[in-house]
Amino acid sequence: MVVKLDKVDVVVVGTGWAGGVVSAELSKAGYKVVALERGKNVNRDDYIGVKDELRYTNRYEMMQNLDPETITSRNYLDETALPVRTRKEMMVGTDLGGGSVHWAGATYRWKPYDFEIKSKTIERYGKDKIPEGMTIQDWGITYDEMEKYYDRWEKTAGISGEPDPIGDKRSSDYPNPPMKESPAVGLFMETTKKMGYHPYRVPAGNLSQAYTNPDGEKINQCMFCSFCTQYGCDFGAKSDPLVTVIPTAMKTGNFEARTGAYVKRVLYKSGKATGVLYIDKMTGVEYEQPATVVVLAAFTFTNNRLLLLSGIGEPYNPKTKKGVIGRNFNGQFGITFLGARGYFKDKKFNYYMGAGALGGTLSDFAGDNFDHSKLNFINGGGIELRQYGDGAIATNHVPKGTPNWGPEFKKNSIYYANRSLVAWYTMATMSYWHNFTDLDPTYTDSYNDPLLRITYKYTDQDRVMAKFGIEKSREIMEEMGADIVDEDEIPHEFNHVYNGGHYAGGVIMGADPATSAVNNYLQMWDVDNLFVVGGSAFPQFAGHHPTATIGALGYRASEGIEKYLKNGGQLVKGKQESASV
Amino acid sequence: MADKPSDRNEKSGMSRRKFIKNSGLVAGGVVGGGLFGGLFTNQLQKKEPVTPHGNTNGELQDARVSINRAEDFAILSAATERIFPKDDLGPGAIELGVPYFIDKQLAGEWGVNAKEYMKGPFITNIQAAGTHNDERDQDSQGPNSATQVPIPTPRYQSILNRSEIFTLGLRKIDQVAQEDFGARFVELSPDKQDEVLRMFDEDKVEMKGVGSANFFHLLQQTTIEGAYADPVYGGNKDMMGWKMKEYPGPRASYLDKIEEKEFIKMEPISLRNYQGH
Repeated sequence: MVVKLDKVDVVVVGTGWAGGVVSAELSKAGYKVVALERGKNVNRDDYIGVKDELRYTNRYEMMQNLDPETITSRNYLDETALPVRTRKEMMVGTDLGGGSVHWAGATYRWKPYDFEIKSKTIERYGKDKIPEGMTIQDWGITYDEMEKYYDRWEKTAGISGEPDPIGDKRSSDYPNPPMKESPAVGLFMETTKKMGYHPYRVPAGNLSQAYTNPDGEKINQCMFCSFCTQYGCDFGAKSDPLVTVIPTAMKTGNFEARTGAYVKRVLYKSGKATGVLYIDKMTGVEYEQPATVVVLAAFTFTNNRLLLLSGIGEPYNPKTKKGVIGRNFNGQFGITFLGARGYFKDKKFNYYMGAGALGGTLSDFAGDNFDHSKLNFINGGGIELRQYGDGAIATNHVPKGTPNWGPEFKKNSIYYANRSLVAWYTMATMSYWHNFTDLDPTYTDSYNDPLLRITYKYTDQDRVMAKFGIEKSREIMEEMGADIVDEDEIPHEFNHVYNGGHYAGGVIMGADPATSAVNNYLQMWDVDNLFVVGGSAFPQFAGHHPTATIGALGYRASEGIEKYLKNGGQLVKGKQESASV
Repeated sequence: MADKPSDRNEKSGMSRRKFIKNSGLVAGGVVGGGLFGGLFTNQLQKKEPVTPHGNTNGELQDARVSINRAEDFAILSAATERIFPKDDLGPGAIELGVPYFIDKQLAGEWGVNAKEYMKGPFITNIQAAGTHNDERDQDSQGPNSATQVPIPTPRYQSILNRSEIFTLGLRKIDQVAQEDFGARFVELSPDKQDEVLRMFDEDKVEMKGVGSANFFHLLQQTTIEGAYADPVYGGNKDMMGWKMKEYPGPRASYLDKIEEKEFIKMEPISLRNYQGH
């Protein structure tokens, strides 16, 4: 029996940055908002004093329990996908605040080129520059239109940073100055400047000073304690939904977050979403939560899966290349973030200290900032040196040629514990017709619903770009004075390890309903009162970390939802673009 | 536009190398057996590497709670000591309490795969259970590569949980030692012990239900974890692992030190100190 609840204005699935921003904005505007979160109810107190590397980094304390549900994965269309069974192979955040609580804090705006990649690539290099099978597309929105949402989110989050010297137009500076500079970061900055590049400090969600955001939420100053990525902040000094948008929503009196609520379906009738069906994991009771507007703001996998399970939107078919749900699955994992590690024989760094986004970066090889005429790839990425602060279990890097265990391993791993640095390329990943999501025919979750299946393989574009980034990273590391420089190896094929959390696409934005699922307000073309917000909307991945863009899209969607609640209807008129793939 | 067939499917048709040699050495080494087993246990108690950690100070946390057989634990102790040996830098795995750390881990939710997807069907043939995609030797990469254990990442497809994999793996180590080297693992010289372990590392031993490299990587990963995890978990005895590495333990703030050019060496503190009990 399903218990039917009273109707609310907006029901939001997921409480990370996407769901958090939407919940805060709509509850501030006076609408009744209910957010459903499958994970636990947590607050700042849950993260005080728990600096435990084994529990958080190695046992994935803040990641989804995969026992009830995971994804399946394969490279090729004719393969049988296998489940990704362990949390070592599958990093997906959970609990109130979602993956946004354990993030590192690196905060980049994406570029004008990213939002209009197809047009701009053709404009500069001609149609043939885009290889056959690559399904990149413009977002249906430009950087100039996105700028105010970026600005707004950066102020909510209190980002600490300095402008990219070769970056794009900004309406205002970052709300806080860059963090203090460690000697390792200083060495990267100084060296790359000498090399003729344009380094700047990684814009950070770890705050350089105490700050009160425009909603009145206080965020503390970062202590560089190093327990940051994969941890909640001990000090309320990392910007996350738990210290910003969720308390903002709570204060309005219009917002309720229900945790332990596992959403099974979006309910749908005659072209409209009527609400969602969820199960209370504490009692096993099923509820129907009716709402005027349904917002899917869960993780990419969940947004994809819920639409497929609910039969909303036409599923993408790779054989006919028609349909939209599941199309253009993309992300930064595996082949991205490759670079070069330098070992310094006579130099020690205080590398046990740090913060998630403490670092230096440069955009000289990002987007279309460099000429691709003679290169066999498009787009690019940032080059970063980050000082996360290494834990003792993590710091076991040894120069190539050292055995992985035994006496020599022990000697080298201890010697180089504070003597190695890494620079890497945060490269973009383009979308292809053969990378997509659908429902798995075999494996099911604990309620016997099919798991989401990912079909994903690398292409020459990925491998050639990775090689380019590794070479640039190596040059920098050599200039920095490393005695030994080891290059990362380029994997031949995707190995089904979903690390880092940057998985995107499948419910993508665009101008044409034939090739996108949502319009530029994140409103579904097929269903006017259903908004799908988050990384799932990225038609392809840019060469920088995604969080700022997810935050900005949250504000963009909030504006759209308000418009819909006032006037109803489809907010954007779809354009028919050439259907060439 | 035909899709490329899977490498894995192609490979599955190929015969795997066979490594368990049917040499004359096998004759001497029979596993188990009443009299032999008894002798073995007695020998264990005399031999230094299998008496993990001199429990003279009433270290009441040091007892097996997961691994039943003393001889399995002895094999575990000897193997971890080869992975992380005592040397002039400091203690090895046994002195650090690594075997007890592993035993405790196997008793908990990680050991029984409580938070992993363990629903079938399982692909139980050895090809699927073996190490996948091991061409990347740069560990887990990505934004968190600096916080990952540097070992290859196999794709877990076994029906067995980690605790079961350890039991099977430890006994297989002893079987290989006897069949290929003519003695119990704990009785072999360190060089020969390394040879046995290397066969597992290189996936050259056939095991039922799991690839031998998968087992070895688990063993290797947990050994490193036991050397360097907070002492509250039973390893890193007296923070000796951290002292070797000059790791200061969990601390509230480096705000006044982050810009410091010289390396700052601190006496470590533990989670217990940090939480202020």
